[in-house]
Amino acid sequence: MTAPFMKPPRKNPVLRTRQMNLPPGARGRVALGLTAAAAEGRFALQVCADCGALQYPPREACHRCLSPRLPWQAQTGEGELLAATTLAHSNDLFFRERLPWRLGMVRLDAGASVMVHLHGEVGEAPCRVRVGARLDRAGQAVLIGYPEKGTAHMADDTMLREMTSDPKHRKVLVTDGKSPVGQAVARAMAQAGADIVWVGHAEPWKQLPGLAELAALPQVTLVPLDVTDERSVNERAGEIGGKVDIVVNTAELHRGFGIAARRGTDVAKSEMEVNYFGLLRLAQAFGPALKGRAADGATHATAWVNLLSVYALANFPAHGTFSASKAAALSLAQCLRAEMRGAGIRVVNVFPGPIDDEWNQNLPPPKLAPAALASAIVKALRDGVEDVYPGDVAQEWLARWRDNPKVLERELAAGGM
Amino acid sequence: MNTTPQDILAGLTLALAGGRVRIVDLTQTLSSEFPAIALPPEMGQCQPFRIEQISAYDERGPGWYWNNFSCGEHTGTHFDAPIHWISGRDLPNNSVDTIPPQRFVAPACVIDCSAQAAADPDYLLTVADIEAFEAAHGRIPAGHWVLMRTDWSHRWEKQRDAVAYQNLDETGQHTPGPTPEAVRFLIEQRDVLGFGTESINTDAGQGYHLRPPYPCHSLMHGAGKYGLQCLTNLDQLPPTGALVVAAPLKIEKGSGSPLRVLALVGANA
Repeated sequence: MTAPFMKPPRKNPVLRTRQMNLPPGARGRVALGLTAAAAEGRFALQVCADCGALQYPPREACHRCLSPRLPWQAQTGEGELLAATTLAHSNDLFFRERLPWRLGMVRLDAGASVMVHLHGEVGEAPCRVRVGARLDRAGQAVLIGYPEKGTAHMADDTMLREMTSDPKHRKVLVTDGKSPVGQAVARAMAQAGADIVWVGHAEPWKQLPGLAELAALPQVTLVPLDVTDERSVNERAGEIGGKVDIVVNTAELHRGFGIAARRGTDVAKSEMEVNYFGLLRLAQAFGPALKGRAADGATHATAWVNLLSVYALANFPAHGTFSASKAAALSLAQCLRAEMRGAGIRVVNVFPGPIDDEWNQNLPPPKLAPAALASAIVKALRDGVEDVYPGDVAQEWLARWRDNPKVLERELAAGGM
Repeated sequence: MNTTPQDILAGLTLALAGGRVRIVDLTQTLSSEFPAIALPPEMGQCQPFRIEQISAYDERGPGWYWNNFSCGEHTGTHFDAPIHWISGRDLPNNSVDTIPPQRFVAPACVIDCSAQAAADPDYLLTVADIEAFEAAHGRIPAGHWVLMRTDWSHRWEKQRDAVAYQNLDETGQHTPGPTPEAVRFLIEQRDVLGFGTESINTDAGQGYHLRPPYPCHSLMHGAGKYGLQCLTNLDQLPPTGALVVAAPLKIEKGSGSPLRVLALVGANA
């Protein structure tokens, strides 16, 4: 039974802040297939298209028939723990700093035997376990052996917490709390047990519904923050940057226009100012402190969440300039992820379909409720995933994009959602 | 009295140097926090003032500090040219680059409405207020600025309260301005140079609901008159006798611009 993770004592300011040493992060091209699936929370292994043999570890050719046709398939992970051991010593700095560390060998019902990190609730071998894939602090897939049936606080397992970014007892910055999504995210963070939720708000003279009620929550503190304003971003980073454990960038400007539907570039520029340059300003201002605190105690800095859009994958012409700004933001978020990964900070990209807000008023359902989007973000942090496509539209669009991006482009050009 | 222009300028120079004529800065500092005009979000927006460092004696420029800034023409303390409004669009010399520069140096009459504005944020300056001013200080001469002092600028300059400065609620903005009749009077009876206020509008916050909507913009600009908005320190000006220097940037076909507004005031004023 896992003990619930309690709020840790305050940091001792005379001790050096722990620096991050990442677990081994090198993976070959084929092995990155495991990571790609884990980044979306899936456990997938290669299965031979010719003879059906399950492959582990990932490889170029089938271990049984040498076929190179090895597509990735989702796995249930059901299996039996054959043996377990507890590391009491390691020359690898990451594990050395986290000993003791329990490892096991699991025989999957589907066929292969895999090495796993063992959850604390898994008993002695032999016993039934469920294997799942998670991203570790280096951002690479590792396999975890879970108990067949976990207890209430199993997410608080010390090993598992290394793989996730649970907001519980952490300090979160939600960059824009004026939108319905920003408010829903701030609420969800408070409900998830965040210690402090700083909520940014620009243009204080525009009093929008919901902000006063949000500010009344004990965890919530409103802070002036305008992502279009370098000085504002730098001032806030100077003030709270050294304490923020999770950044959730909810700042977004959405106007539904294509090229011909609106004269001039001012609206498109404003979208870029918020959706692209806003992210860049935030990343430059808040990134360094976040990177420096990736091993700062049990509630260390851990994640950066970007509110992107499924329109970032392929332009939806009715929202053409918005799509372009989100595509730019996606590209920058990939750069941010590359820079953050080396420090042990996870960048989570969220790709919702149309959100049920004022700027999608004319769009028929299904539309993603802000509260559902907020729940998806909390779940992503708890599950340690990198890419989230919440809601039916996003899932469907993603599937079509993966199937054939050119076909999707044509469908979207014809107005087909 | 045989005063040459050279004598006048030399006298002014001496008076400025000796402090007998002092300069009052009527300008709000341009900063990214300064409240920008609020329009419905689906409309085109005036970009707020923004400033980003180019370098600050660092690797980007080792020996020098400088910034790029950007803003709309109607940002901070700014000048409104007749071309700003549809009523003034076909007038000659209606943009900031073509307005004769003599117009940029002009005396001002300052009508104190601060008590009324303190009691009622929607206060409208009336013809009666103008007549009362004239009864006390003399007739407003042609070619003068008329500046409506409300001390509204204190809400930002002194209290740094952007919410109070904008004073928006569910029905829009609540800031003082002139009645349509007062605007007509100043144009038709007094031939003023223009009208200036301390809030983010030469019209009242609720001016859209007057007839005509936004009377100060519509009528003043239609008559080739100018506007000054977001002024400050009007409480340091005498009711008459201040000389205002308000020269907008020379933007080709510009509808207005942020500017430094200075008032020359006699030290005993």
